Amino acid sequence: MERSIDVVERERMAKMATPTTSNALLLHLRRRLGDWPLFVLLVAPNLLLLAVFTYWPLVYNAYLSLMQWDLISPSKLFVGLENYRFLLEDSEFREVSRNTVVFTVGTVGGTVVLGLLFALLLDQPLRGIALARGVVFAPYVLSGAAVAVFWVNMLNPRFGVVAEVASWLGTVSPDWLNHPRLAMVAVILVYIWKNVGFTTIVYLAGLQRIPKELYEAATVDGAGMLERFRFVTMPQLGPITLFLVVVSTISSFQAFDLIKVLTDGGPVNATTTLLFYIWEQGFVAFNAGRAAAAAVVLFALLAVISLLQVRIGERRVSYD
Amino acid sequence: MTSRIRWRRLVGRVLLGLMVLAVVVVMGLPLYWVATGALKTNREIYTFPPVWIPSDPQWVNFVAAWQAVPFGRFFVNSIVTTLGAVTLELFFALLSAYALVFLRVRGKGLIFALIIAALLVPSTVTLLPNYLTIARLGWINTYQGLIIPVAAVAFGVFLFRQHFLTLPRDLLDAARLDGCGHPGLIRHVVLPLSQPVIVTFLVIYLVAHWNDFLWPLVATNRLEWRTVPIGVAYLYQVEGVQNWGPILAGTVMALLPMLVVYVVAQRWIVKGIGGGALKG
Repeated sequence: MERSIDVVERERMAKMATPTTSNALLLHLRRRLGDWPLFVLLVAPNLLLLAVFTYWPLVYNAYLSLMQWDLISPSKLFVGLENYRFLLEDSEFREVSRNTVVFTVGTVGGTVVLGLLFALLLDQPLRGIALARGVVFAPYVLSGAAVAVFWVNMLNPRFGVVAEVASWLGTVSPDWLNHPRLAMVAVILVYIWKNVGFTTIVYLAGLQRIPKELYEAATVDGAGMLERFRFVTMPQLGPITLFLVVVSTISSFQAFDLIKVLTDGGPVNATTTLLFYIWEQGFVAFNAGRAAAAAVVLFALLAVISLLQVRIGERRVSYD
Repeated sequence: MTSRIRWRRLVGRVLLGLMVLAVVVVMGLPLYWVATGALKTNREIYTFPPVWIPSDPQWVNFVAAWQAVPFGRFFVNSIVTTLGAVTLELFFALLSAYALVFLRVRGKGLIFALIIAALLVPSTVTLLPNYLTIARLGWINTYQGLIIPVAAVAFGVFLFRQHFLTLPRDLLDAARLDGCGHPGLIRHVVLPLSQPVIVTFLVIYLVAHWNDFLWPLVATNRLEWRTVPIGVAYLYQVEGVQNWGPILAGTVMALLPMLVVYVVAQRWIVKGIGGGALKG
C-alpha cells in the first residue's frame, strides 16, 4: 500500500518534471532565437514564391539569352552574345524599338497630360461631379482584351461610331487598324482612353492635398487663375507627376492585351512593341534565346528609364 | 459692377460644366456603344449612319454568345483563378506585413527590401522561364499553373506594412499585456483596424487577376482552360466580323463583373488607388 503510493507519487513527479525541463528548454530557445521562428514561418511562403517565380526567372532568363533553343529539343546550344548581336543588327527589332518609343511616349504623355486636365476639371464643385469622376475612372477597371474587342467595332470605317463622329466633323474616317501609320495612333488612343482614369484619380487626390492657404495667399498677392496654377498647383503636383510618369512608363512597357486584340502587332509590324515581340519570338516562333535576349533588353531599358526619371525628378522637383 | 462679376462667374461655371460634360461624353460614349451594340440586330449594326437606340432589344445575342464559345467554362476558370490567387495573396501580404512590423527580429529591413525589389522585375522577363517551370511541373492547363506563379505579393505587403505602422502601439501593447498571443492580436486588434485597407487590397488584386491576359494565355493552351478575357478575344476571332451582335454581347458579359465590383466598391477604389499611390 505504502509502496504503491510511493510509485504513484514518483510517477506524478516524473510527469511534472518532464514538462518543466522541456519548458525551460523552449524558453531558452525562445530567448536565443527571439521571434525568428515565427518570422520565418510568416514570411517564408511568399518569399519562396518570389524566389521561384520572380528572382530565379531573372537569372534563368539571362542564361537562356546566351542559348539557341527551340523550347522542344532536349539540348540547348550555347551561342554567347549571338542573340544580342542579332537584335542589334536586325531591322525588324529596330522597328520594334522605334514602335516601343512612340507607344511609350504617346501613352505616358497622353495619360499624364490628360489626367491633369481631367483632374483640374473634376476638382470643381459642380453638381453631379461624383458621377463624372465615376465615368472617367470606369475604363481603368475593365479587361483590356474586352475593351479592345469593342473598340475594333467602334473604329470600323464602314459602320463604326468613330466614322460617324468623323462625318459630323466633315471628314471621312480612315481604316485605322489597317493603316501602317494610323494603327499605332489608334492603339495609343484606346490605351489612353482605358488608362487615363488612373492618372486622373491620382492627380485628384493630389489636388485635394494642396493646402487652401497657399491659394489664398497667392490670391492676396494678386495672382490670377493662370498664375495660381503656374506657381502653386504645378510645383505642388511635381512629386506626383514624377511618380505617375515612372509608373505609367512601366505599365506602358507591359501593354499586351490591347495590342494583341486590336492589331495583333500589325499591319505587318507597325504596332509590334517590345513585349509583343518577346511573346512572338518565344511562343509563336519558338526562339527562346532571342525572346530571352529581348527580355533582358527590356528589363535594362526599364531600369535605366526609371532611374533617369527619378534622377531628373530629384533635380527638378522640390519635395518640401 | 457686382452684377458684371456675377455674370462673368456664371459664364465661367457654365463653360466649366460644358467642359466636364464633354469629358464625360467622350469617356462614356464607348461604354454606351458596347452596351447598346449588344442589343442591336445585325441590320442595325451594319448600317451607316449608325443606329443609336436599338429598336427591338436582341437579348438573344447573349444566348448566341454563350452558345458560340464555352462561356460558362471561361467564367468558372476566371472565378477560381481570381479567387484562388487573391486569397493566397491576402494571406501572404497580411502575414508578411505583420511579421515585418510587429515581430522583433534583426535584419527584417533586408527582407522587406527583398520583397519590394520584386516590383522592379517586369512580368515580361519572367514570362518564358515561368512557362518552362510550369511545363516541367506538368502544370499547363491546371488551376495551380494559373494561380501559383502569380500568387506572390510585393505591393500588397507594402500596402499593409504602411498601414500597420500607423496602428496605435499602446493598443497593441495593452492587448499583449492582457495575454493576447500573435493569433489573437491579428484576429482581434489588427484585422478589425485594417478593414478599409483590406477592401482596397481586394479590389486592386481582384481587378488585376480578373483582367490578366498574358499569363493565362501562356499557362493554358486548351479552350476549356481559357479565362474570360482570352475567351472574349477568342469569341471575336471565331465569330469574325460577320456577327457583331453576339461578340458585343459576350464582351458585355466579360465587362460586367468588374463594373459591378467597381460600382459597389467605388469609394474604396478611388480612395485606395488615389491615396495609396500618394502614400508611396
